[in-house]
Amino acid sequence: MSKVQKTKRKTPRSRRSFLRTVVLGVGLVSASLLGFIPVLQHWVKRLRPPGALLEQKFLASCIKCGQCVQVCPVEAIKLADLDEGFGVGSPYIDARAQACDFSCDGLQCVLACPTGALTHEINYPHETDMGIAKVVRPESCLAVLGQGFKGQARGAKFTGKLRYDEVDRWNPIPVREHPYDLELCDLCVRQCPIEIRIAQCEAGKPPSGDKNQCPPQHAIRLEPMENGQGGKRMRPVILDGCVGCGVCEMICPVEPTVIAMDSSKSRGMSV
Amino acid sequence: MSQLSRSLSELLGRDPKKPRPEEVAPKAKEVLAAQRSDKTRIEEIRIEIAHKAQNKMPEKLRRKRWAVLIFINLLFLISYVLDIQMLEGALTASRFVGFHMADLNSALQVMLAYKHVVINLLIGTVTVFIMWWLLGGRTFCSWVCPYHLLAEWAEILHLKLASKKLVKDHPFDRRARTWFWVIFSILALVTGYTVFETVSPTGILSRALIYGPGLALIWVVLLLLFEIFYSRRAWCRYACPIGLTYGLVGATSPFKVQYTLENCFHEGECRKVCLVPHVLDTVIMGRARELKVDIGADCTRCGRCVDACPTSSLNFKFKGLGDLL
Repeated sequence: MSKVQKTKRKTPRSRRSFLRTVVLGVGLVSASLLGFIPVLQHWVKRLRPPGALLEQKFLASCIKCGQCVQVCPVEAIKLADLDEGFGVGSPYIDARAQACDFSCDGLQCVLACPTGALTHEINYPHETDMGIAKVVRPESCLAVLGQGFKGQARGAKFTGKLRYDEVDRWNPIPVREHPYDLELCDLCVRQCPIEIRIAQCEAGKPPSGDKNQCPPQHAIRLEPMENGQGGKRMRPVILDGCVGCGVCEMICPVEPTVIAMDSSKSRGMSV
Repeated sequence: MSQLSRSLSELLGRDPKKPRPEEVAPKAKEVLAAQRSDKTRIEEIRIEIAHKAQNKMPEKLRRKRWAVLIFINLLFLISYVLDIQMLEGALTASRFVGFHMADLNSALQVMLAYKHVVINLLIGTVTVFIMWWLLGGRTFCSWVCPYHLLAEWAEILHLKLASKKLVKDHPFDRRARTWFWVIFSILALVTGYTVFETVSPTGILSRALIYGPGLALIWVVLLLLFEIFYSRRAWCRYACPIGLTYGLVGATSPFKVQYTLENCFHEGECRKVCLVPHVLDTVIMGRARELKVDIGADCTRCGRCVDACPTSSLNFKFKGLGDLL
Protein backbone atom coordinates (compact mmCIF):
# COMPACT_ATOMS: atom_id res chain seq x y z
CA MET A 1 0.00 0.00 0.00
CA SER A 2 2.61 2.49 1.05
CA LYS A 3 4.77 1.44 -1.91
CA VAL A 4 2.01 2.31 -4.33
CA GLN A 5 1.73 5.75 -2.74
CA LYS A 6 5.45 6.27 -3.05
CA THR A 7 5.57 5.58 -6.78
CA LYS A 8 2.56 7.82 -7.23
CA ARG A 9 4.36 10.67 -5.50
CA LYS A 10 7.30 10.52 -7.91
CA THR A 11 5.86 13.32 -9.98
CA PRO A 12 8.00 15.45 -12.30
CA ARG A 13 7.95 18.05 -9.54
CA SER A 14 9.66 15.86 -7.00
CA ARG A 15 12.16 14.75 -9.63
CA ARG A 16 12.97 18.40 -10.25
CA SER A 17 13.40 18.95 -6.55
CA PHE A 18 15.74 15.96 -6.41
CA LEU A 19 17.84 17.30 -9.28
CA ARG A 20 17.93 20.73 -7.67
CA THR A 21 19.17 19.11 -4.48
CA VAL A 22 21.97 17.31 -6.31
CA VAL A 23 23.04 20.60 -7.89
CA LEU A 24 22.96 22.27 -4.48
CA GLY A 25 25.04 19.47 -3.01
CA VAL A 26 27.69 19.54 -5.71
CA GLY A 27 27.75 23.35 -5.57
CA LEU A 28 28.23 23.63 -1.83
CA VAL A 29 30.82 20.89 -1.54
CA SER A 30 32.79 22.34 -4.49
CA ALA A 31 32.63 25.82 -2.98
CA SER A 32 34.05 24.52 0.29
CA LEU A 33 36.76 22.56 -1.52
CA LEU A 34 37.92 25.76 -3.26
CA GLY A 35 39.55 26.36 0.11
CA PHE A 36 42.12 23.74 -0.91
CA ILE A 37 43.66 25.95 -3.58
CA PRO A 38 45.47 28.52 -1.43
CA VAL A 39 46.55 25.77 0.98
CA LEU A 40 47.94 23.29 -1.54
CA GLN A 41 49.57 25.99 -3.65
CA HIS A 42 51.41 27.29 -0.58
CA TRP A 43 50.14 30.76 -1.45
CA VAL A 44 50.08 31.56 2.20
CA LYS A 45 53.36 31.81 4.05
CA ARG A 46 52.52 33.17 7.41
CA LEU A 47 54.23 33.72 10.68
CA ARG A 48 51.95 31.86 13.09
CA PRO A 49 51.70 32.57 16.83
CA PRO A 50 54.21 30.89 19.18
CA GLY A 51 53.80 27.15 19.53
CA ALA A 52 51.88 26.69 16.28
CA LEU A 53 52.06 23.12 15.01
CA LEU A 54 53.36 22.44 11.51
CA GLU A 55 51.07 24.07 8.96
CA GLN A 56 48.93 21.05 8.03
CA LYS A 57 48.43 19.95 11.63
CA PHE A 58 47.90 23.56 12.63
CA LEU A 59 45.07 24.12 10.16
CA ALA A 60 43.55 20.78 11.16
CA SER A 61 43.54 21.53 14.86
CA CYS A 62 42.78 25.28 14.91
CA ILE A 63 39.10 25.83 15.76
CA LYS A 64 39.24 29.42 14.46
CA CYS A 65 37.97 31.08 17.62
CA GLY A 66 40.54 33.85 18.04
CA GLN A 67 41.11 33.41 21.77
CA CYS A 68 44.86 33.86 21.05
CA VAL A 69 44.01 37.21 19.44
CA GLN A 70 42.24 38.36 22.56
CA VAL A 71 44.99 37.66 25.08
CA CYS A 72 47.95 39.11 23.18
CA PRO A 73 49.12 42.27 25.01
CA VAL A 74 50.61 43.83 21.86
CA GLU A 75 47.75 42.68 19.59
CA ALA A 76 50.20 40.99 17.26
CA ILE A 77 47.81 38.25 16.21
CA LYS A 78 45.27 38.70 13.42
CA LEU A 79 42.81 36.29 11.81
CA ALA A 80 43.09 35.26 8.17
CA ASP A 81 40.32 35.96 5.67
CA LEU A 82 38.54 33.77 3.14
CA ASP A 83 41.27 34.24 0.51
CA GLU A 84 43.38 31.85 2.59
CA GLY A 85 40.96 28.99 1.98
CA PHE A 86 40.91 26.45 4.77
CA GLY A 87 43.00 28.95 6.72
CA VAL A 88 40.01 31.29 7.11
CA GLY A 89 39.82 32.47 10.70
CA SER A 90 43.26 31.06 11.58
CA PRO A 91 45.69 33.32 13.45
CA TYR A 92 48.82 34.84 11.93
CA ILE A 93 51.33 37.56 12.71
CA ASP A 94 52.38 40.31 10.32
CA ALA A 95 55.73 41.03 11.93
CA ARG A 96 56.44 44.28 10.09
CA ALA A 97 53.18 45.76 11.42
CA GLN A 98 53.30 44.23 14.89
CA ALA A 99 55.69 41.50 15.95
CA CYS A 100 55.38 39.20 18.93
CA ASP A 101 57.71 40.68 21.52
CA PHE A 102 56.90 38.10 24.20
CA SER A 103 55.86 40.91 26.51
CA CYS A 104 53.38 38.51 28.11
CA ASP A 105 56.41 36.40 29.19
CA GLY A 106 54.16 33.38 29.74
CA LEU A 107 53.04 32.73 26.16
CA GLN A 108 49.43 33.73 26.80
CA CYS A 109 48.29 32.71 23.31
CA VAL A 110 49.52 29.18 23.92
CA LEU A 111 47.67 29.05 27.22
CA ALA A 112 44.51 30.42 25.60
CA CYS A 113 44.42 27.91 22.75
CA PRO A 114 41.60 25.43 23.43
CA THR A 115 42.64 22.78 20.90
CA GLY A 116 46.43 22.57 21.19
CA ALA A 117 46.92 24.08 17.73
CA LEU A 118 49.40 26.21 19.65
CA THR A 119 51.12 23.38 21.44
CA HIS A 120 50.98 23.44 25.20
CA GLU A 121 54.37 21.74 25.32
CA ILE A 122 56.27 25.02 25.32
CA ASN A 123 56.42 27.48 28.20
CA TYR A 124 59.11 30.02 27.38
CA PRO A 125 59.87 32.39 24.52
CA HIS A 126 63.15 30.70 23.59
CA GLU A 127 61.36 27.37 23.15
CA THR A 128 59.24 28.72 20.30
CA ASP A 129 60.04 28.26 16.64
CA MET A 130 58.00 30.66 14.56
CA GLY A 131 60.58 31.04 11.83
CA ILE A 132 63.99 32.59 11.40
CA ALA A 133 65.16 36.10 10.64
CA LYS A 134 66.97 36.64 7.36
CA VAL A 135 69.05 39.64 6.38
CA VAL A 136 67.43 40.24 3.02
CA ARG A 137 68.79 43.69 2.11
CA PRO A 138 72.23 43.98 3.72
CA GLU A 139 73.18 46.78 1.31
CA SER A 140 70.69 49.17 2.88
CA CYS A 141 71.41 48.27 6.53
CA LEU A 142 72.39 51.37 8.50
CA ALA A 143 75.00 49.44 10.51
CA VAL A 144 76.54 48.07 7.32
CA LEU A 145 76.67 51.64 6.02
CA GLY A 146 78.25 52.73 9.27
CA GLN A 147 75.34 55.02 10.10
CA GLY A 148 73.62 55.81 13.36
CA PHE A 149 69.91 56.31 13.97
CA LYS A 150 68.07 59.15 15.63
CA GLY A 151 64.34 59.54 16.15
CA GLN A 152 61.25 57.33 16.03
CA ALA A 153 62.22 53.93 14.66
CA ARG A 154 59.27 53.61 12.29
CA GLY A 155 58.10 57.21 12.07
CA ALA A 156 55.37 59.16 13.82
CA LYS A 157 52.46 57.24 12.32
CA PHE A 158 53.56 53.73 13.22
CA THR A 159 51.17 52.12 15.68
CA GLY A 160 53.24 49.07 16.64
CA LYS A 161 54.05 48.50 20.30
CA LEU A 162 56.92 47.08 22.30
CA ARG A 163 57.49 46.54 25.97
CA TYR A 164 60.43 48.55 27.22
CA ASP A 165 61.33 47.15 30.63
CA GLU A 166 63.08 50.38 31.63
CA VAL A 167 59.92 52.41 30.85
CA ASP A 168 57.17 50.11 32.05
CA ARG A 169 57.80 46.55 33.15
CA TRP A 170 54.19 45.50 32.55
CA ASN A 171 52.68 47.48 29.72
CA PRO A 172 53.86 47.74 26.13
CA ILE A 173 53.96 51.28 24.71
CA PRO A 174 53.87 52.53 21.11
CA VAL A 175 57.29 52.44 19.48
CA ARG A 176 56.80 56.04 18.33
CA GLU A 177 56.75 57.16 21.97
CA HIS A 178 60.22 55.77 22.49
CA PRO A 179 62.66 57.61 20.19
CA TYR A 180 66.25 56.48 19.89
CA ASP A 181 69.59 58.24 19.51
CA LEU A 182 72.19 55.70 18.42
CA GLU A 183 75.71 56.29 17.13
CA LEU A 184 75.55 53.09 15.15
CA CYS A 185 72.13 51.57 14.48
CA ASP A 186 71.78 48.33 16.43
CA LEU A 187 67.98 48.31 16.84
CA CYS A 188 67.57 44.71 15.66
CA VAL A 189 69.98 43.46 18.31
CA ARG A 190 68.97 45.94 21.00
CA GLN A 191 65.25 45.07 20.83
CA CYS A 192 65.61 41.34 20.26
CA PRO A 193 63.50 39.70 23.01
CA ILE A 194 65.94 36.79 23.21
CA GLU A 195 68.95 39.10 23.57
CA ILE A 196 67.12 41.21 26.15
CA ARG A 197 66.43 38.08 28.20
CA ILE A 198 70.03 36.91 27.94
CA ALA A 199 71.23 40.31 29.15
CA GLN A 200 68.77 40.24 32.06
CA CYS A 201 69.90 36.74 33.02
CA GLU A 202 73.57 37.73 32.83
CA ALA A 203 72.77 40.63 35.15
CA GLY A 204 71.26 38.10 37.55
CA LYS A 205 67.70 39.31 36.97
CA PRO A 206 65.85 36.79 34.83
CA PRO A 207 62.25 37.72 33.89
CA SER A 208 59.85 37.01 36.77
CA GLY A 209 62.86 35.69 38.70
CA ASP A 210 62.51 32.45 36.77
CA LYS A 211 65.81 31.00 35.57
CA ASN A 212 63.96 28.86 33.04
CA GLN A 213 63.23 32.09 31.19
CA CYS A 214 66.94 32.34 30.29
CA PRO A 215 67.54 31.52 26.60
CA PRO A 216 70.43 29.09 26.10
CA GLN A 217 71.59 30.58 22.78
CA HIS A 218 72.08 34.01 21.30
CA ALA A 219 69.75 35.00 18.47
CA ILE A 220 71.43 37.93 16.72
CA ARG A 221 74.56 40.04 16.99
CA LEU A 222 76.43 42.72 15.12
CA GLU A 223 79.77 41.63 13.72
CA PRO A 224 82.49 44.03 12.62
CA MET A 225 82.96 44.00 8.86
CA GLU A 226 86.36 43.01 7.55
CA ASN A 227 86.98 45.78 5.07
CA GLY A 228 85.46 48.41 7.27
CA GLN A 229 86.77 51.93 6.87
CA GLY A 230 87.56 53.21 10.31
CA GLY A 231 86.17 50.02 11.90
CA LYS A 232 82.72 51.48 12.43
CA ARG A 233 80.83 49.28 9.98
CA MET A 234 78.98 46.28 11.38
CA ARG A 235 76.63 43.70 9.94
CA PRO A 236 73.78 41.85 11.63
CA VAL A 237 74.26 38.09 11.88
CA ILE A 238 71.42 35.74 12.78
CA LEU A 239 72.33 32.98 15.24
CA ASP A 240 70.85 29.65 16.26
CA GLY A 241 68.87 31.12 19.13
CA CYS A 242 66.58 33.09 16.76
CA VAL A 243 62.94 32.03 17.17
CA GLY A 244 61.50 34.18 14.37
CA CYS A 245 59.41 36.43 16.59
CA GLY A 246 59.83 39.26 14.11
CA VAL A 247 60.75 42.13 16.43
CA CYS A 248 63.89 42.94 14.40
CA GLU A 249 61.74 43.10 11.23
CA MET A 250 59.28 45.38 12.97
CA ILE A 251 61.86 47.74 14.48
CA CYS A 252 64.16 48.03 11.43
CA PRO A 253 63.97 51.75 10.52
CA VAL A 254 64.92 51.21 6.86
CA GLU A 255 62.16 51.05 4.22
CA PRO A 256 61.81 48.39 3.01
CA THR A 257 63.08 46.36 5.92
CA VAL A 258 66.61 44.95 5.95
CA ILE A 259 65.58 41.92 8.01
CA ALA A 260 62.54 39.77 7.25
CA MET A 261 61.12 36.60 8.75
CA ASP A 262 61.22 33.31 6.92
CA SER A 263 58.77 30.83 8.38
CA SER A 264 58.72 28.20 5.63
CA LYS A 265 61.07 25.74 7.34
CA SER A 266 59.52 26.16 10.77
CA ARG A 267 56.06 25.69 9.30
CA GLY A 268 57.12 22.55 7.47
CA MET A 269 56.42 24.25 4.16
CA SER A 270 59.85 24.43 2.53
CA VAL A 271 59.28 23.59 -1.10
CA MET B 1 8.18 2.88 15.52
CA SER B 2 8.83 4.74 18.73
CA GLN B 3 8.45 8.46 19.16
CA LEU B 4 12.24 8.87 19.37
CA SER B 5 13.07 6.90 16.22
CA ARG B 6 10.35 8.81 14.33
CA SER B 7 11.81 12.07 15.58
CA LEU B 8 15.33 11.04 14.53
CA SER B 9 14.36 9.76 11.09
CA GLU B 10 12.47 12.99 10.40
CA LEU B 11 15.54 14.89 11.57
CA LEU B 12 17.61 12.97 9.02
CA GLY B 13 15.19 13.92 6.26
CA ARG B 14 12.40 11.35 6.07
CA ASP B 15 8.92 12.71 5.45
CA PRO B 16 6.49 12.28 8.35
CA LYS B 17 4.05 9.41 7.89
CA LYS B 18 0.36 9.33 8.67
CA PRO B 19 -0.23 7.16 11.71
CA ARG B 20 -1.92 3.83 11.07
CA PRO B 21 -5.23 3.54 12.95
CA GLU B 22 -3.72 1.13 15.49
CA GLU B 23 -0.97 3.66 16.26
CA VAL B 24 -3.42 6.28 17.48
CA ALA B 25 -4.21 6.07 21.17
CA PRO B 26 -7.92 5.41 21.92
CA LYS B 27 -8.24 8.66 23.85
CA ALA B 28 -6.80 10.62 20.94
CA LYS B 29 -9.30 8.91 18.64
CA GLU B 30 -12.16 9.96 20.89
CA VAL B 31 -11.03 13.59 20.90
CA LEU B 32 -10.62 13.59 17.12
CA ALA B 33 -14.06 12.08 16.61
CA ALA B 34 -15.59 14.70 18.89
CA GLN B 35 -13.77 17.48 17.03
CA ARG B 36 -14.98 16.20 13.67
CA SER B 37 -18.62 16.02 14.72
CA ASP B 38 -18.66 19.35 16.53
CA LYS B 39 -20.31 21.72 14.06
CA THR B 40 -20.19 24.79 16.31
CA ARG B 41 -16.46 24.23 16.67
CA ILE B 42 -16.01 24.37 12.90
CA GLU B 43 -18.01 27.58 12.83
CA GLU B 44 -15.83 28.97 15.60
CA ILE B 45 -12.74 28.22 13.52
CA ARG B 46 -14.06 30.29 10.61
CA ILE B 47 -14.78 33.27 12.85
CA GLU B 48 -11.46 32.87 14.56
CA ILE B 49 -9.51 32.87 11.29
CA ALA B 50 -11.39 35.92 9.96
CA HIS B 51 -10.78 37.74 13.23
CA LYS B 52 -7.09 36.96 13.22
CA ALA B 53 -6.59 38.09 9.65
CA GLN B 54 -7.72 41.54 10.81
CA ASN B 55 -5.80 41.77 14.09
CA LYS B 56 -2.33 40.38 13.79
CA MET B 57 -0.83 39.53 17.15
CA PRO B 58 2.68 40.77 17.83
CA GLU B 59 5.21 37.97 18.06
CA LYS B 60 6.37 38.54 21.61
CA LEU B 61 8.54 35.45 21.85
CA ARG B 62 10.27 36.25 18.62
CA ARG B 63 11.31 39.65 19.89
CA LYS B 64 12.56 38.17 23.14
CA ARG B 65 14.50 35.55 21.24
CA TRP B 66 16.10 38.15 19.00
CA ALA B 67 17.09 40.12 22.08
CA VAL B 68 18.72 37.03 23.61
CA LEU B 69 20.51 36.20 20.36
CA ILE B 70 21.83 39.72 19.93
CA PHE B 71 22.82 39.91 23.59
CA ILE B 72 24.85 36.68 23.47
CA ASN B 73 26.64 37.72 20.30
CA LEU B 74 27.29 41.20 21.63
CA LEU B 75 28.62 39.71 24.85
CA PHE B 76 31.48 38.20 22.82
CA LEU B 77 32.21 41.61 21.32
CA ILE B 78 31.83 43.58 24.56
CA SER B 79 33.96 41.10 26.44
CA TYR B 80 36.78 41.58 23.94
CA VAL B 81 36.50 45.32 23.44
CA LEU B 82 36.26 46.14 27.14
CA ASP B 83 38.60 43.28 28.07
CA ILE B 84 36.28 42.05 30.82
CA GLN B 85 36.88 38.36 30.10
CA MET B 86 33.24 37.36 30.35
CA LEU B 87 32.96 35.44 27.12
CA GLU B 88 36.26 35.18 25.26
CA GLY B 89 36.69 33.73 21.79
CA ALA B 90 34.00 33.25 19.17
CA LEU B 91 31.05 30.91 18.68
CA THR B 92 33.35 28.14 17.44
CA ALA B 93 35.12 27.98 20.80
CA SER B 94 35.12 30.26 23.79
CA ARG B 95 35.63 30.65 27.47
CA PHE B 96 32.70 31.74 29.60
CA VAL B 97 34.17 33.33 32.76
CA GLY B 98 37.08 30.96 32.33
CA PHE B 99 35.15 27.77 31.54
CA HIS B 100 35.92 26.16 28.22
CA MET B 101 33.11 25.92 25.68
CA ALA B 102 33.38 24.45 22.19
CA ASP B 103 30.81 24.46 19.44
CA LEU B 104 29.93 20.80 18.95
CA ASN B 105 30.17 20.82 15.17
CA SER B 106 33.43 22.80 15.11
CA ALA B 107 34.86 20.48 17.76
CA LEU B 108 33.76 17.46 15.72
CA GLN B 109 35.46 18.86 12.62
CA VAL B 110 38.69 19.51 14.53
CA MET B 111 38.65 16.07 16.14
CA LEU B 112 38.14 14.36 12.79
CA ALA B 113 40.76 16.46 11.00
CA TYR B 114 43.41 16.48 13.74
CA LYS B 115 42.61 12.98 15.08
CA HIS B 116 43.74 14.04 18.50
CA VAL B 117 41.76 15.64 21.34
CA VAL B 118 43.39 17.82 23.97
CA ILE B 119 41.78 17.89 27.38
CA ASN B 120 40.59 21.51 27.11
CA LEU B 121 38.69 20.74 23.93
CA LEU B 122 37.15 17.67 25.54
CA ILE B 123 36.04 19.70 28.56
CA GLY B 124 34.59 22.38 26.30
CA THR B 125 32.77 19.85 24.16
CA VAL B 126 31.27 17.93 27.07
CA THR B 127 30.18 21.15 28.80
CA VAL B 128 28.45 22.41 25.69
CA PHE B 129 26.95 18.99 25.00
CA ILE B 130 25.33 18.87 28.43
CA MET B 131 24.22 22.49 28.20
CA TRP B 132 22.47 22.08 24.85
CA TRP B 133 21.05 18.70 25.77
CA LEU B 134 19.33 20.40 28.70
CA LEU B 135 18.28 23.39 26.61
CA GLY B 136 16.92 21.45 23.66
CA GLY B 137 19.70 21.00 21.10
CA ARG B 138 18.68 23.05 18.10
CA THR B 139 17.79 25.81 20.53
CA PHE B 140 21.32 26.90 19.60
CA CYS B 141 20.14 27.64 16.07
CA SER B 142 17.29 29.99 16.81
CA TRP B 143 18.50 31.52 20.07
CA VAL B 144 22.24 31.93 19.43
CA CYS B 145 23.32 31.48 15.80
CA PRO B 146 23.84 34.92 14.20
CA TYR B 147 23.14 33.54 10.73
CA HIS B 148 19.69 32.43 11.90
CA LEU B 149 18.79 36.03 12.70
CA LEU B 150 19.95 37.36 9.32
CA ALA B 151 18.15 34.47 7.63
CA GLU B 152 14.94 35.35 9.46
CA TRP B 153 15.17 38.90 8.12
CA ALA B 154 15.90 37.54 4.66
CA GLU B 155 12.86 35.29 5.07
CA ILE B 156 10.61 38.26 5.84
CA LEU B 157 11.81 39.82 2.60
CA HIS B 158 11.35 36.56 0.72
CA LEU B 159 7.77 36.21 1.96
CA LYS B 160 6.96 39.81 0.97
CA LEU B 161 8.31 39.24 -2.52
CA ALA B 162 6.55 35.89 -2.71
CA SER B 163 3.20 37.44 -1.76
CA LYS B 164 3.64 39.83 -4.69
CA LYS B 165 4.48 36.82 -6.86
CA LEU B 166 7.93 38.21 -7.59
CA VAL B 167 9.74 35.18 -6.25
CA LYS B 168 8.86 31.56 -5.68
CA ASP B 169 10.14 29.17 -3.05
CA HIS B 170 12.08 26.23 -4.50
CA PRO B 171 12.23 23.52 -1.87
CA PHE B 172 15.05 20.99 -1.76
CA ASP B 173 15.15 17.44 -0.51
CA ARG B 174 15.63 17.58 3.24
CA ARG B 175 17.90 14.54 3.19
CA ALA B 176 20.55 16.85 1.69
CA ARG B 177 21.53 18.07 5.16
CA THR B 178 22.30 14.54 6.33
CA TRP B 179 24.46 14.03 3.27
CA PHE B 180 26.30 17.28 3.90
CA TRP B 181 26.91 16.21 7.48
CA VAL B 182 28.36 12.89 6.32
CA ILE B 183 30.35 14.41 3.45
CA PHE B 184 31.90 17.17 5.57
CA SER B 185 32.76 14.67 8.29
CA ILE B 186 34.47 12.42 5.75
CA LEU B 187 36.23 15.39 4.16
CA ALA B 188 37.62 16.47 7.55
CA LEU B 189 38.76 12.92 8.26
CA VAL B 190 40.32 12.31 4.86
CA THR B 191 41.82 15.70 3.95
CA GLY B 192 42.89 16.64 7.46
CA TYR B 193 41.38 20.10 7.08
CA THR B 194 38.29 21.54 8.72
CA VAL B 195 36.66 21.96 5.32
CA PHE B 196 33.21 22.95 6.57
CA GLU B 197 34.57 25.89 8.60
CA THR B 198 35.52 27.53 5.30
CA VAL B 199 31.86 27.93 4.34
CA SER B 200 30.20 28.02 7.77
CA PRO B 201 28.29 31.31 7.98
CA THR B 202 27.98 30.86 11.74
CA GLY B 203 31.74 30.94 12.28
CA ILE B 204 32.30 33.61 9.65
CA LEU B 205 29.66 35.93 11.13
CA SER B 206 30.74 35.40 14.70
CA ARG B 207 34.36 36.21 13.87
CA ALA B 208 33.37 39.16 11.68
CA LEU B 209 31.37 40.64 14.54
CA ILE B 210 34.16 40.22 17.08
CA TYR B 211 37.35 40.72 15.07
CA GLY B 212 36.09 42.92 12.23
CA PRO B 213 34.52 42.26 8.82
CA GLY B 214 36.34 40.70 5.88
CA LEU B 215 35.94 39.15 2.46
CA ALA B 216 34.28 36.10 3.99
CA LEU B 217 31.11 38.14 4.48
CA ILE B 218 30.59 38.03 0.71
CA TRP B 219 29.83 34.31 1.10
CA VAL B 220 27.22 35.09 3.75
CA VAL B 221 25.62 37.73 1.51
CA LEU B 222 25.45 35.22 -1.36
CA LEU B 223 23.70 32.72 0.89
CA LEU B 224 21.18 35.35 1.99
CA LEU B 225 20.49 36.41 -1.60
CA PHE B 226 19.96 32.77 -2.51
CA GLU B 227 17.40 32.49 0.28
CA ILE B 228 15.61 35.72 -0.61
CA PHE B 229 15.28 35.06 -4.33
CA TYR B 230 15.34 31.31 -4.73
CA SER B 231 14.69 29.11 -1.74
CA ARG B 232 13.20 30.07 1.62
CA ARG B 233 15.58 29.47 4.54
CA ALA B 234 17.63 27.12 2.36
CA TRP B 235 20.80 27.05 4.47
CA CYS B 236 19.15 26.23 7.80
CA ARG B 237 16.64 23.82 6.27
CA TYR B 238 18.68 21.82 3.78
CA ALA B 239 22.37 22.45 4.31
CA CYS B 240 23.72 23.31 7.73
CA PRO B 241 25.41 20.34 9.44
CA ILE B 242 25.60 22.36 12.67
CA GLY B 243 21.82 22.15 12.85
CA LEU B 244 21.90 18.38 12.47
CA THR B 245 24.60 18.02 15.13
CA TYR B 246 22.54 19.99 17.63
CA GLY B 247 19.40 18.21 16.50
CA LEU B 248 20.96 14.88 17.43
CA VAL B 249 22.02 16.28 20.80
CA GLY B 250 18.54 17.60 21.51
CA ALA B 251 16.67 14.47 20.40
CA THR B 252 16.41 13.23 23.98
CA SER B 253 16.35 16.67 25.59
CA PRO B 254 13.88 17.35 28.40
CA PHE B 255 13.14 20.75 26.88
CA LYS B 256 10.54 20.57 24.12
CA VAL B 257 7.63 22.21 22.48
CA GLN B 258 4.59 20.13 23.38
CA TYR B 259 1.37 19.80 21.41
CA THR B 260 -2.02 19.41 23.10
CA LEU B 261 -4.56 17.82 20.82
CA GLU B 262 -7.65 18.83 22.81
CA ASN B 263 -7.15 22.56 22.29
CA CYS B 264 -6.19 22.36 18.64
CA PHE B 265 -8.40 23.74 15.87
CA HIS B 266 -6.11 22.36 13.15
CA GLU B 267 -5.87 25.72 11.42
CA GLY B 268 -2.24 25.25 10.49
CA GLU B 269 -1.10 28.74 11.53
CA CYS B 270 1.92 27.15 13.28
CA ARG B 271 3.07 25.35 10.16
CA LYS B 272 3.08 28.57 8.15
CA VAL B 273 5.66 30.23 10.39
CA CYS B 274 7.75 27.17 11.19
CA LEU B 275 11.33 26.83 9.92
CA VAL B 276 10.93 23.04 9.94
CA PRO B 277 7.20 22.43 9.33
CA HIS B 278 7.62 18.66 9.08
CA VAL B 279 7.99 18.55 12.88
CA LEU B 280 4.45 19.95 13.14
CA ASP B 281 2.93 17.24 10.98
CA THR B 282 1.16 16.01 14.10
CA VAL B 283 -1.09 19.10 14.24
CA ILE B 284 -2.81 18.12 10.98
CA MET B 285 -6.27 16.68 11.63
CA GLY B 286 -5.93 12.95 12.30
CA ARG B 287 -2.14 12.82 12.59
CA ALA B 288 -1.73 13.04 16.36
CA ARG B 289 -0.95 9.71 17.99
CA GLU B 290 -1.50 10.81 21.57
CA LEU B 291 -3.37 13.52 23.46
CA LYS B 292 -0.06 15.23 24.06
CA VAL B 293 2.74 14.98 21.53
CA ASP B 294 6.34 16.15 21.94
CA ILE B 295 7.59 18.00 18.89
CA GLY B 296 10.56 16.27 17.25
CA ALA B 297 14.32 16.77 17.39
CA ASP B 298 14.53 19.05 14.35
CA CYS B 299 12.50 21.70 16.23
CA THR B 300 14.65 24.73 17.07
CA ARG B 301 12.46 25.74 20.04
CA CYS B 302 12.19 29.18 18.44
CA GLY B 303 8.66 29.52 19.80
CA ARG B 304 7.10 31.03 16.70
CA CYS B 305 4.44 28.32 16.68
CA VAL B 306 3.78 29.01 20.36
CA ASP B 307 3.14 32.64 19.44
CA ALA B 308 1.20 31.81 16.30
CA CYS B 309 -1.20 29.30 17.83
CA PRO B 310 -4.46 31.09 18.74
CA THR B 311 -5.60 28.29 21.04
CA SER B 312 -2.42 27.69 23.02
CA SER B 313 -2.13 24.14 21.78
CA LEU B 314 1.64 24.46 21.50
CA ASN B 315 3.71 25.23 24.57
CA PHE B 316 7.25 25.05 25.87
CA LYS B 317 7.65 22.17 28.23
CA PHE B 318 10.54 21.23 30.49
CA LYS B 319 10.08 17.60 31.38
CA GLY B 320 11.08 16.90 34.93
CA LEU B 321 11.66 13.54 36.50
CA GLY B 322 7.96 13.40 37.34
CA ASP B 323 6.98 13.37 33.67
CA LEU B 324 9.38 10.60 32.85
CA LEU B 325 8.05 8.24 35.55
